[in-house]
Amino acid sequence: MRHILSNRRAIVAFIAPALVVYLGVIVVPAVWSLVYSFFKGTPALGFHFVGIANFRQLWTDPTVRQTLLFTIKYTVVLLTCQIVFGYLLALFYIFVLRRSSTIIRTLVFFPVVLPPVAVALLFNKLFAIAPQVGPVNSVLQLLGISPVDWFATGTAAFVVIIVMDLWRSAGFYAVLLYAGLVDIPEDVIESARIDGAGGWRLVRHIILPLSKPIVIASVIFGLNADLKVFDSILALNNGGPGTETTPLNLYMFQTSFLYNDYGYGSTIAMLITVLCLAGTVLVFRSSRRQVEREAV
Amino acid sequence: MARSGVGGVRALNEVIWPEEGPATTRRSRRRRGSLLSGLSRRALTNILIVIIALVEIYPLFWILTSSFKSQDDFTTQPLWSLPKHLNFHNYVTAWLTGNLGTDALNSLTVTLVSMAVILLLGSAAAFALEIMVWRGRTSILLLIIGGLMVPTQLILLPLFTIYFKLGLTNSLLPLIITYIGQGLPLTVFLMATYFRAVPRELFEACALDGGGAFRCFFSVGLPLVRNGIFTLGLLLFFSIWNDLLVALTFNSKPSLSTVQVGLLNFNGQYGQVAYGPLLAAISIVIFSTFIVYALINQRVMRGLTAGSVKG
Repeated sequence: MRHILSNRRAIVAFIAPALVVYLGVIVVPAVWSLVYSFFKGTPALGFHFVGIANFRQLWTDPTVRQTLLFTIKYTVVLLTCQIVFGYLLALFYIFVLRRSSTIIRTLVFFPVVLPPVAVALLFNKLFAIAPQVGPVNSVLQLLGISPVDWFATGTAAFVVIIVMDLWRSAGFYAVLLYAGLVDIPEDVIESARIDGAGGWRLVRHIILPLSKPIVIASVIFGLNADLKVFDSILALNNGGPGTETTPLNLYMFQTSFLYNDYGYGSTIAMLITVLCLAGTVLVFRSSRRQVEREAV
Repeated sequence: MARSGVGGVRALNEVIWPEEGPATTRRSRRRRGSLLSGLSRRALTNILIVIIALVEIYPLFWILTSSFKSQDDFTTQPLWSLPKHLNFHNYVTAWLTGNLGTDALNSLTVTLVSMAVILLLGSAAAFALEIMVWRGRTSILLLIIGGLMVPTQLILLPLFTIYFKLGLTNSLLPLIITYIGQGLPLTVFLMATYFRAVPRELFEACALDGGGAFRCFFSVGLPLVRNGIFTLGLLLFFSIWNDLLVALTFNSKPSLSTVQVGLLNFNGQYGQVAYGPLLAAISIVIFSTFIVYALINQRVMRGLTAGSVKG
């Protein structure tokens, strides 16, 4: 009986196709990309070796500095909003709406499944000023505020980007955190209530500490998603004005395909990868240290 | 996420849609302890619900109503006003000149083919890694799960070179192959956890009955994890259908565009002058997704959040 489940031919037939595709599409290109960062050129024109010139360029390139700063700013602001709004929504679902929360939960989740491109084009029109004044500016006019050209300055465009991506993703974090909150044992909350904890104190001292694992999981997931932002900003305003709202990922794309510099593009891709790994490790280690401190 | 242990994924799945048990007991208790009187509390709740509903629905309502407006409505009426007549002209223009029909067919082909191959290869590999017994399976599983750490943009440029050298760039194959490679790590990882949840005795019984490894996989294993396959299928469907980065990178000509690439190009060509057709195109994309979501939203929410625990 054992030998059927350890039949060599069957094992190879089951695992080989997946393994070959995985190695060919993920592992080999990932290593290859590292090699590319020491070259310049494109597949059509050929490559030549340049040593560490790409890395030196990465260090001094003012656009890299700008796009890196923007990516970090975007991630910090958006991630904070995602977790805070997601958590508030989850609390709202579980403690206020309770059994009737399904409809609202389903409604708020809907934008999550929408294509980011469609959402970005929609927000582009919602915040438009020309050729016609969009609904958002109409509301501002109604309130006696002069309409804003949202895509003319980096600051205003940043606001639209955050509002758009928050609208698109809040429902996702709400459901994720909701799952963690449902997990808290009922008798723990019960006994805290008997001890007189209610409202804010209950949340602060009981629910928040107990839901920490799922919050940290959400932060790590969000960090890796937000640092790689691409499609929504490309479709909304293409990172403008200039490169003021261009994230690293978009800059990497432009460098590779607009300026035909695959080697430098690969170097920027490396930077993105390192950023994601470093961010994840940082969140992970600081959360662990905090847990240890609390344990002592 | 990977670090909290594989079993955590399944636990999370079961937890997302509980039987609503705790809420019932909470309800009776909250009434007494609340500082606010029942009435104002309810009013506050209703206000919050209205605000949330407005924020979610208004943008969608606006784009749907606006997509029926004529060019004349756009230039003479404020943008938030309702259309004077229902005008389907924009939809015809979007569908025909916007090539949305071709794009949708391309997207559907790419998404369904990639999805089917990922699910077949991924669950076969997960079966070999989780159910079958051989040396080295743990390291192979770790190697594949490691792929979750590789961001797409890192592999794009070498892949472009490979497809270029192989002469594949004039087809949908680059997209399909890339999506398959990208989808495999998460699929293998999650399918392995689903197989782990199946009692081992079932496979041993199958082997005892003289079924070969293939029969044990196809007629015992797969039917038992069909829930997992469905959940993963949804996750893969939306992530491939909505993708822009890969689709844009390997897009060589308009007749091979996916919906997302087509929408982006359509905006570039008509977005500034002809509002109507663009809004109609966006509406088609948004409300076709809405139909899918309206039918199976609970499964979608479970599937998409299950994917995020990969960390």
